[in-house]
Amino acid sequence: MPADLFAQALNGLSYGVLLFLLSVGLTLIFGMLDVVNLAHGSFYMLGAYAGLTLIAATGSFWLALAAAPIVVGLVGALIERSCLRPLYRRGPLDQVLLTFGLIYVFEDLVKWMWGGRIRSIPPPEIFSGSVNLLGATIPSYRVFVIVFGFVMALALWLVIERTRVGAIIRAGVFDAEMSAGMGINVSRVFTMVFAFGAALAGMSGVIAGPIQSAYPPMGASILIPGLIVVAVGGLGSLKGSLAGSLLIGQAETFGKAWLPGASMMIIYAVMALILLVRPQGLFGRALR
Amino acid sequence: MRGRAAGLALVVAAVAGFPLLAGTYPVKLLQEILIFGIFAMSLDLLMGYAGMVSFGHSAFFGIGAYAAALALVKWPGLTAALLVPAAAAALGALVIGFFCIRVSGVYFIMLTLAFSQMFYAVAFQNAFVGAEDGITGVPRPAVLGLDIGSPARFHGYLMVIIGLAALFVWRVARSPFGHVLRGIHENEPRMQAVGYPVHRYKLLAFMVAGTVAGLAGSLYTQFQGSVSPDAFFWTTAGEALLMVIIGGTGTLGGAFLGAAAFILLQSLVSSYTERWMLILGLTFVLLVLFAPGGIVGALRGRVGLRA
Repeated sequence: MPADLFAQALNGLSYGVLLFLLSVGLTLIFGMLDVVNLAHGSFYMLGAYAGLTLIAATGSFWLALAAAPIVVGLVGALIERSCLRPLYRRGPLDQVLLTFGLIYVFEDLVKWMWGGRIRSIPPPEIFSGSVNLLGATIPSYRVFVIVFGFVMALALWLVIERTRVGAIIRAGVFDAEMSAGMGINVSRVFTMVFAFGAALAGMSGVIAGPIQSAYPPMGASILIPGLIVVAVGGLGSLKGSLAGSLLIGQAETFGKAWLPGASMMIIYAVMALILLVRPQGLFGRALR
Repeated sequence: MRGRAAGLALVVAAVAGFPLLAGTYPVKLLQEILIFGIFAMSLDLLMGYAGMVSFGHSAFFGIGAYAAALALVKWPGLTAALLVPAAAAALGALVIGFFCIRVSGVYFIMLTLAFSQMFYAVAFQNAFVGAEDGITGVPRPAVLGLDIGSPARFHGYLMVIIGLAALFVWRVARSPFGHVLRGIHENEPRMQAVGYPVHRYKLLAFMVAGTVAGLAGSLYTQFQGSVSPDAFFWTTAGEALLMVIIGGTGTLGGAFLGAAAFILLQSLVSSYTERWMLILGLTFVLLVLFAPGGIVGALRGRVGLRA
């Protein structure tokens, strides 16, 4: 039984890592640009499909993992420049309609280019087997995903807390207008943050590929858990994003194992509970 | 004003006479537009007037739809068709609203979403409401002893109920209560300082909107003869939200235009090409970029008065 428990916890952890990479962008984009990017799941989907094609073209998972986020990041930069930029001065509802429209556009484009079928993505060869950990048999790819996720979390933390670019991003999240007043080219930083967030979502999509396969509605279906993570963790908070995704990852996995009759409502119940006790989320700033 | 009344009368006459001219499928589309129109209109009361953007309005649509299905199977009368669903939705809105109105903005969006999806999960995973298949074979009610099984009678019944509901929402929005809601939208702390019990007003607005949404859900059950958990799903709430924005937030009547645009685009484009999602999505994007303020905003010729 403990081995089973351990295997469940690792499953939850690898799902949490995927959610973390997705939600970092979501939360930074919200914190800085004040945009709830409903199309963020689409970047995740684009990442998975870009990865699929790059693996087929180059034969290397690692090249795909490095290149697909760049492709998705460029798409993100294009979207920010062309569609979102004119909307910053308008209300949030226009952004909702626009990014919702983008979900449809991207999903259909993917169906057009890659077809609507589920496409499986093989894990890289070194991680195609499984390992024995504390009596539980775990696919070694999952272990890689977990380690990769934590390395990424550490790297992100270093970038955001310890570099000049990170300081600019933190300043922008705190108060974009004031940052502009201090002579920072906020408009360029906006594009950068949006592209960066899109690239991370794309990266999440690539590493999700071998676990969940690629299918067109995958973007729309990861969006809601991603939004939940952001709300639970606190809008604009990197720490919250990590804590939220680990919590939601575990809640989802253990809910499925222990409460199959109510598994679908677990993550919503967790979010509702947290928001009722702490409306600003675990690590969010108090509401103005 | 007189021109407006004449225009409205013309529209009502056209909607009423439509089944005489058109075939079964167009009439069904029109009925769907009417039902989603009143659903979106109830959301617009919340969004456009009280400034409460809900992503969980499907909760009340679903509660009404399921309450009607459960009740109509036992007692196929007007009580089961209208009163029970409306009361159930009002009760649901009271409970959900009690929790949700304490937060605002994105948190309000997420909390309403959470509650609606909990209802979705319950409907999807419980056998007594048919689990994922929902409830089928729901009879249409007898209205004052009249059977409304025939398409023409059902059309008339829909028009009367939806017309009354729309009139009700419109009256609420124009009432002193509606003006207080607008005040809360514009400046909540000031309204509070002036002495209005802001939370009570918001809760009441949430309940009024929820009740009308429940009625819309009930009509949808009667229209389809069945109900499925999808009624609760967040995409149902999202579509209503899109309809409101497309029509023009805060215009009330725009909700019907938004519903018409959404449903017609979806069904017409999908009958011509497989790529309907792409076209629908691009339409939203272009609408936002080039026609802010929605259809009503564009009709007025200038950017809408309200954001």
